[in-house]
Amino acid sequence: MNGHVFHPGHHELHGVTVVLETGGPVTYLGRFDSQDDRGVHLLNVAIHDPSKGSRDEYIRRSAKFGIQVERQQVTVPAADVVRITPLGEIET
Amino acid sequence: MPYNPALVAPMREEMVRMGARELTTVAEVDATLGDQRGTMLVFVNSVCGCAAGNARPALRLALEHAVKPQQVVTVFAGQDLEATARARQYFAEYQPSSPSMALLRDGEVVHFVHRHMIEGRSPQLVANELVKAFDKHFAVAV
Repeated sequence: MNGHVFHPGHHELHGVTVVLETGGPVTYLGRFDSQDDRGVHLLNVAIHDPSKGSRDEYIRRSAKFGIQVERQQVTVPAADVVRITPLGEIET
Repeated sequence: MPYNPALVAPMREEMVRMGARELTTVAEVDATLGDQRGTMLVFVNSVCGCAAGNARPALRLALEHAVKPQQVVTVFAGQDLEATARARQYFAEYQPSSPSMALLRDGEVVHFVHRHMIEGRSPQLVANELVKAFDKHFAVAV
């Protein structure tokens, strides 16, 4: 992030579309809403699993063409979260 | 459900002040995008904070650059529902998001700025990327 305050008072990623990688086969793409003891809450979520082909290609295409929303809301347990990257930082 | 028109009027006026032409009906969209020639930027406006704080100011900055689209038009997502849906059909391979910007040259989308390329970034940063796209796609060969 470039230091620009997007939503003062919220988590720095609040409102930012992110790629959330887990320790398993599933990767989530969606808008970061908040994080609490239940986990990371994402809105307008697309979900990649191996049946959709290459994860890197899926993410690249999503960065270029946008997210195809499948679920309005997903909560990912904190223990499952490996990395969160803003989708805007993905090279297209 | 659209907001009270009085509340969004300043958001429309900001676009008009920077030289954008509003497309508020399907007919206007089709007349403008149906046989688009030359260079154009379609700005999908929005009531959200990243339109107010990031996207609109960024476009205003970018339009100060020597190389810019010949036309700037705008539709208002969440307000002019049918016009926005129709406009999005002209760049249907890109998932809908707002705010967003489609750069067109002779009817082809040459660059697309999604919301996720705007959110969390300063207007100057977004403007810098827009200017790069203008130079790449809209500059006239000498």
